[in-house]
Amino acid sequence: MTLAAATNEHLADLSNTLIYSAMAVYTLAFFAYIAEWIFGSRSKVGRTAAALTATKKAEAPAVTVKNAGGTAVLERPKVVVRAAAGSRDVPDGPGAHGGDEKGDLYGRIAVSLTVLAFLIEFGGVLARALSVQRAPWGNMYEFNITFSTVAVGVYVTLLALKKNIRWLGLPLVTTVLLDLGLAVTVLYTASDQLVPALHSYWLYIHVSTAILCGAVFYVGAVSTLLYLFRDSYENKLAGGGKPGRFATSVLERMPAAASLDKFSYRVNAAVFPLWTFTIIAGAIWAGDAWGRYWGWDPKETWSFITWVAYACYLHARATAGWKGRKAAYLALIAFGCWLFNYYGVNIFVSGKHSYADVGLSALQSVGF
Amino acid sequence: MSKTTTNAPEGQAPAPDQDLGAAGSQLSTAPAEEAPGLPALGVIGWARWFWRQLTSMRVALLLLLLLSLAAIPGSLIPQTGTDATQVADFRARHETLAPIYDKLGLFHVYSSVWFSAIYILLFISLIGCIVPRTWQFVGQLRSRPPAAPKRLTRLPAYTTWRTEAEPEQVREAALALLKKRRFRAHVSRDAVAAEKGYLREVGNLAFHLALIVMLIAFAWGQLFKSEGNKLILEGDGFANTLTQYDDFKSGNLFTQDDLDPFSFTLNDFHGTYEATGPNRGTARTFQANVTYSVGAYGKDRNATIKVNEPLEIGGSKVYLVSHGYAPIVTVRDAEGNVVMNKQAVPLLPLDANVTSSGAIKVMDGYRNAQGEREQLGFNAFFVPSFAGEGHGTMLSQFPALLNPRLALSAYHGDLGVDSGIPQSVYQLNTKNLKEFKDSKGKLFKERLAVGETMTLPNGAGSVTFEGVKEWAGFQITQQPGSGWALTGAVAAILGLAASLFVQRRRVWVRAVRGADGVTVVEMAGLGRSESAKVPEELGDLAGTLYEKAPGAPDPDHEPDTTDPAVPAEGAEQ
Ligand code: HEM
Repeated sequence: MTLAAATNEHLADLSNTLIYSAMAVYTLAFFAYIAEWIFGSRSKVGRTAAALTATKKAEAPAVTVKNAGGTAVLERPKVVVRAAAGSRDVPDGPGAHGGDEKGDLYGRIAVSLTVLAFLIEFGGVLARALSVQRAPWGNMYEFNITFSTVAVGVYVTLLALKKNIRWLGLPLVTTVLLDLGLAVTVLYTASDQLVPALHSYWLYIHVSTAILCGAVFYVGAVSTLLYLFRDSYENKLAGGGKPGRFATSVLERMPAAASLDKFSYRVNAAVFPLWTFTIIAGAIWAGDAWGRYWGWDPKETWSFITWVAYACYLHARATAGWKGRKAAYLALIAFGCWLFNYYGVNIFVSGKHSYADVGLSALQSVGF
Repeated sequence: MSKTTTNAPEGQAPAPDQDLGAAGSQLSTAPAEEAPGLPALGVIGWARWFWRQLTSMRVALLLLLLLSLAAIPGSLIPQTGTDATQVADFRARHETLAPIYDKLGLFHVYSSVWFSAIYILLFISLIGCIVPRTWQFVGQLRSRPPAAPKRLTRLPAYTTWRTEAEPEQVREAALALLKKRRFRAHVSRDAVAAEKGYLREVGNLAFHLALIVMLIAFAWGQLFKSEGNKLILEGDGFANTLTQYDDFKSGNLFTQDDLDPFSFTLNDFHGTYEATGPNRGTARTFQANVTYSVGAYGKDRNATIKVNEPLEIGGSKVYLVSHGYAPIVTVRDAEGNVVMNKQAVPLLPLDANVTSSGAIKVMDGYRNAQGEREQLGFNAFFVPSFAGEGHGTMLSQFPALLNPRLALSAYHGDLGVDSGIPQSVYQLNTKNLKEFKDSKGKLFKERLAVGETMTLPNGAGSVTFEGVKEWAGFQITQQPGSGWALTGAVAAILGLAASLFVQRRRVWVRAVRGADGVTVVEMAGLGRSESAKVPEELGDLAGTLYEKAPGAPDPDHEPDTTDPAVPAEGAEQ
């Protein structure tokens, strides 16, 4: 058994090295994103303002002409797309590089570095999982490294799907660095096995979907936040105001408010069923482990609150008078609930889900 | 994809819903938003107004918001349902606050009046919303997709071309194409009307209905549930009747007859622990091997119960919830007669290394040195792994039985068990007991290894530590309705997925003979929201239809096969 123990030790060390390496590469990516933004600020396109004043004059929604799908474009009739009445038809900004070639180059470098860091971090998480021979989310340290890996994974996947999401790079990498910094300093826990109460395949199902939901909710929340900024920017322009230079420089390069709004809705709506599933899987696990499906334990309660908050958001979008900014605030509150459920409840509130420390308390609460 | 932007002509285009009349309506069965105007006079007017408010989307949203807010205090204030000792602690620390909290029901938020009021209102609102929506949807399914609006150019996605095919041919081809793509389609006058994506509405209704099913299942479970605890020694058995439980809780409508008839015996209990490293002593596995039988004459079956793996018998689940040690002792009286024969006495664990304490009580049969009847009592302290002589206190070093020691302090007199006041078996009531004294006049106590005997002072008898048995604590629960809750939950997820991922949309194809005798085809699409999918799908449909009804030369200029559509003009008509 000593040989196996040595291998595990070795793997755990390897994991730590990989996580630190990933942090280094994320830092490089961070600077590359900054360079992209700085070079991008040189171009003074002013597209948004132009589009908005034009729309304002015509007092009518614009019409976009699109070629109908695929390769046989030449043979097919063209489809005319008309924006809904009352909505602005503003084109998306060019992205952080603002059309600047050097900026674009740095942006591409940043994305490549992000992908590289993602692969390294993924390796780190995998090594950790192998060293403990279980899923890599038995404590807060592991949860944090897995969470940031999944969040970057979601970003990379969206990029691969050609979504207009490259702008998310800087905020994402900043968050990931914070998250990893917190993980390696405050939350670090030496690798260890789980106590019996945490031995269940529901652990894999429940926690993995919870992490994925969190990562996608994060993406939704950041684009919602950006939507709010961009929307007030567009409102100001449309109302004849003149936003500050910094706001103009940054927001002008971002996607249009309508695109951001639509994107964040899709993202949030798409994971909501998965979040519902996560809660139900948790209830089934609780039923097996603790003899009751639902006991209003703080963690359960905050999952429920998060769920209801996202349901509010979805309802709000279907309710006249609550669309747009008001619904966006609800989405942010809902994400706040998710965050609190993870950090707040683990740190401030004690309950059965206290795997946060060593896992022993979870066991003790089961009676052992 | 080429994307150009032009400005729409002639003023503000009204929203499709208003402009299109029936064609744009009823893409969802969501209740229409109405301004909260004043109700008509009279009781019925008020009632109707109230009902409409309650079942409106705005109030549903408000109630949902309230529900999430109302759930918060219960996660921050200790709750009697989860942890009664924490509540007692809180009461002791906050003397002014506690009575106020009590009045507001803040120690049992989730069963408080105001929390219940919110969710009951929400569910009434939900029922009031679902029933009419279901009827409306059934009505939509029974009628046909609405006919094409007059001006298709108004729709969010539009295309047109001229063709030499006959209008009837085009309509027939369109009808066949749309049906093949699983649209519900029909020809009405000069156009084909088609609709698809009804699953969205089905999913939405199923989701909300599933919520109701889940709530009823939970309520049912609360009323009929039962939950009891039983500590069982290795080798001992249990039959599922009320009297056998150590403690028992049940819902309001539960009756004794609801208990599933079964019995089981604990054959043995196994615990393994981390032997080395920083987590030495941390539990790794716990398992109880049992033999059970269902009913009075059921066949014996073997099973293993683990921490996450309860044993299911009928509607009951048997959970392994705790474990501990029971030293086996033999007690002899002054004359050497055995008054307690190799009896295992369960003790309660105090820490993670299973340092345990409890009491040994000899109720009858004992005579002291004077030949008088008396009772004996011992405070018992037990460690499975003793640190060794001279190593500090009597605290266990490891949870497994590596080096067990039993420490006893001895009393005699009246145990007070007949006083009528219920007494814990784990505690000694020393009120009517006298201490045995050692040679120094202190309370007589001794620490025993397995096999050792302690002799009580003045020839009062002896106690022999014969060995150790393990015990396991079981929780036996019945939660009726959990199957329904699970079914509801699965239906809710499926319904939700359908309602969020499926798009409901309409397509119209109009084919009429133009003034110059050439057929003009117009196609338009309308979706619930402005999804990129609607124009994409329309383009795809148009492409396919175009092959059946190829473009005719434009009358005004040379044949231009590269660009058969006239989008800008089309939009500006
Ligand atoms: C128990 C609390 C409720 C929850 C958790 C809930 C949840 C949801 C969710 C997540 C959606 C989004 C699905 C979608 O957009 O298609 C939705 C849609 C909807 N809900 Fe609820 N709901 C609740 C109560 C109600 C009530 C009381 C009403 C009626 C007043 C209602 C009416 C609707 C309608 C009409 C839609 C569809 C909106 C649309 O067509 O876009 N819901 N609900």
